[in-house]
Amino acid sequence: MVDRIADPWGERTPYGPGQQWPVRVDRYLADGRADADVDRWVQSASVLHSNGDALDIGVADGRIVGVRGRAVDRINRGRVDPKDLYGWQANHSPDRLTRPLVRDGGRLVETDWDTAMGRIVARSKELLDGPGGWGHFGFYTSGQLFLEEYYTLGVIGKAGLGTPHMDGNTRLCTATAAASMKASFGTDGQPGSYTDVDHCDAIALWGHNVAETQTVLWMRMLDRRRGPNPPAMLAVDPRATPVAREADLHLAVRNGTNVALMNGLLREIIRRGWYDHDYVDAHTVGFEELRRIVDGYPPSRVADICDVPAADVERAAELLGTSQRLLSTVLQGFYQSNQATAAACAVNNLHLVRGMIGRPGAGIYQMNGQPTAQNNRETGADGDLPGLRNWDNERHVEELARLWNVDVDTIPHWAPPTHAMQIFRYAEQGSIKLLWISATNPAVSLPELHRIRQILTRPELFVVVQDLFLTETAELADVVLPAATWGEKTGTFTSVDRTVHISDKAVDPPGEARPDLDIFLDFAHRMDFRDRDGQPLIDWSGPEEVFEAWKECSRGRPCDYTGITYEKLRGGSGIQWPCTDEHPDGTERLYTDGQFHTDPDYCETYGHDLVTGAEFTEAEYRAKEPSGRAFLHTVDYQPSPEVPDDEHPLLLTTGRTVYQFHTRTKTGRAPQLNQAAPDVWVELNPTDAAQLGIVEGDLVGVSSARGAIQARARLCGIRPGVVFLPFHYGYFDQDPADRTPRAANELTITGWDPVSKQPLFKVAAVAVAKLADGRGVPSPAPTVGGSAPPPGANVPPTVGGPTAEATSGKE
Amino acid sequence: MHLAHYLGLLHRAQVNLADAFRQVADAHAEEPDIEHLCQQQAKRCDAHAEQLHPFVVRYSEDAPDEPDRLYSQLFTGTRTGGIGLLRDLQDLYLMAAECDITWTVVGQAAYGVRDQDLLAVVRRCEGETAIQLKWLRTRMKAAAPQALVVAE
Repeated sequence: MVDRIADPWGERTPYGPGQQWPVRVDRYLADGRADADVDRWVQSASVLHSNGDALDIGVADGRIVGVRGRAVDRINRGRVDPKDLYGWQANHSPDRLTRPLVRDGGRLVETDWDTAMGRIVARSKELLDGPGGWGHFGFYTSGQLFLEEYYTLGVIGKAGLGTPHMDGNTRLCTATAAASMKASFGTDGQPGSYTDVDHCDAIALWGHNVAETQTVLWMRMLDRRRGPNPPAMLAVDPRATPVAREADLHLAVRNGTNVALMNGLLREIIRRGWYDHDYVDAHTVGFEELRRIVDGYPPSRVADICDVPAADVERAAELLGTSQRLLSTVLQGFYQSNQATAAACAVNNLHLVRGMIGRPGAGIYQMNGQPTAQNNRETGADGDLPGLRNWDNERHVEELARLWNVDVDTIPHWAPPTHAMQIFRYAEQGSIKLLWISATNPAVSLPELHRIRQILTRPELFVVVQDLFLTETAELADVVLPAATWGEKTGTFTSVDRTVHISDKAVDPPGEARPDLDIFLDFAHRMDFRDRDGQPLIDWSGPEEVFEAWKECSRGRPCDYTGITYEKLRGGSGIQWPCTDEHPDGTERLYTDGQFHTDPDYCETYGHDLVTGAEFTEAEYRAKEPSGRAFLHTVDYQPSPEVPDDEHPLLLTTGRTVYQFHTRTKTGRAPQLNQAAPDVWVELNPTDAAQLGIVEGDLVGVSSARGAIQARARLCGIRPGVVFLPFHYGYFDQDPADRTPRAANELTITGWDPVSKQPLFKVAAVAVAKLADGRGVPSPAPTVGGSAPPPGANVPPTVGGPTAEATSGKE
Repeated sequence: MHLAHYLGLLHRAQVNLADAFRQVADAHAEEPDIEHLCQQQAKRCDAHAEQLHPFVVRYSEDAPDEPDRLYSQLFTGTRTGGIGLLRDLQDLYLMAAECDITWTVVGQAAYGVRDQDLLAVVRRCEGETAIQLKWLRTRMKAAAPQALVVAE
């Protein structure tokens, strides 16, 4: 038995370079059940992070009773993240929405589906009537639906209503990953494979606390680290995360200075001859410009800007420059920070100049934060066109028009699809009048929450929320639609390394809750969207039909699914796209021949100026003659839009704990997870805390120019001058009459990267002050993860106890 | 030699554009990208003006009287709202376009006078002005349909 709350990563199964990662099957069955008590196992994959771990759902008496990892799967080889071990219990939570709600007389009251959908359709038809009607609709979706649901929503929005105002909360988590890959390689699509961990001799983690965000990937890295010939490890993170503590070298940079660091590292690598001349000459564009810019970042200057020792910059460059099989992973420390796209492109540059791409061990993971973010990007329910097509390429748009049998001008392609923050701005200004939010919770997750609440409560704005629970966002809606969740519906989704999994329906949804796909299809049917010949635009009735239609949309594009069927996905391992007749088993790595997706007729973007976001034209792009070469985009460092001052002298960064996901909609309702991290805390460096007269457990106020919150202090290994707040904590489980401000996003700034449009969650200036004495009671921060107190601190360890006992072993 | 007048024209155009960027940033602070990028581009214009200044001084020593109607007024303050933003960005676009063509003219004169130092400044700065034009066009293209067709 293993308590996976006390030890989220479980027992080590060490292995050496080039060996297969050993199997370890994790399992958790509630209420003391054993395998014999399970009626059937239903195939699925994980949905409480982005790793894509394959697992089976155990069902007894028509209810989910537990999960176990799938030993056959390439991604996890049987392992399960603690959030997935325990999180499924939220499906059974007594406060699940079971009937639609509509706002009557200022209150949400239960109703039937006909009434709820009738209201949405009546308002939609009214808004659509007249020129510019399309512009009154906004859709804000998720990184947690299934591929089939996104694609259907994408067709409804783009070909039915004809609106460009569609985005996902993927904008908050993964937009920079997509933007950087489009910029460097021509299209979105992860070059690497998770098996690169098996082969690499160095791992660099750029702003990526993988130990808490993708625990199974971290297990794989730890198993290499404990085996023979382990890979070297570099961590760049202002916090002393488990990754930083494990790494051979930790650069605790000042938030918002990633570009200066990357430029400095590239300078050293070039000056010391650690780059691959032949690869650069044959496969890249822009090396001389890169060399010219990075030359202005000697280690001493990087040390000044980033506040790390110059010698460590040189050591890091040596670690990166002398490796033979370098693996990089990138996440929110880069994506949600200053100069996000430029910094993520710089990681791509590092791999391109060293020729570290497209072979075993030489990989890049531009990560996702959520399980199905990749699918939102592929299918075009967010700020992209389906099939990773280029909105500025008329021929790409014509392909979609032919596929959907609509006029090409029905599909909005006069500008890029509207990004999330701009959608909310249009709603604030009143031109968007219907905002449909599915499977996400902007009233907790978007920046500057007082503003978001104001927008959502505008009487002129008709808000539809589709969710499992009455979230902080749903409370403000005009219509609330009860949705089925994972385990209650069938669909597919795709991991960071392009592995497609199926998730089959195991049990019925509660009450009248319906799969999101059924809701979208019902809307399309009631709106009676028609194609150019007067036939129904959307005639699908279930997920497999949608999947088959999607395959046609993906044909010939990087994310080609045409060789995948539901049948093929059942029983074995997941399959990596592109999967075609020629590559029926999928494709492990992209760009193995150094040929990138930059052909002007194929690429997903004609490119941007990374400083302003100015778009280049097709003619300008063609003039660069990329001919399948990758782009080395390089810019100078510029300070963040907000930096500390006398009034707000500290920098706030936000992030996750291993025990919670998103806004705790599910994890906050799984007892073991919730008890491990029950309430917000604020992390302070002991030096800063001492100056402020704060000790462990004290109640402190954290304030910015936009708001203030309260949290108990955890003194730990975060760098001086920086404070950390987990972003999970909202208000749904507080007494509505007595809600104490505690959401990190009360403080964050409304601002975004000029290219990826990803909000800047990592660089708000804040002030911290003690509000009340903790009287010796420690903060509710877990002792596991980035919030671990220093050795010797008198803080009881985070444990799960008897109800968290899981099994784990070789089978 | 009339180069001094064109250098003065360009210098003043850069100063005016910097000022207009700042006014637009302040007036449309509720559009965070506009505010941030206008402030950033104002600084670029400052730097352009600073780099031009020594040449303005050097060539003014032997300049004849200033010709008539050298300067024109392109900006008379900001507006509010969705269309107001579009019009303000359009003003910035026209001012940046004036800078853009003036860099070209001054660059040609720099060839004529064989001034490598001036030519180097022109080469450094004209590309940044071109990016300003591109950014303004990109932003206006995205904003135009909503402002002109959808908003009331």
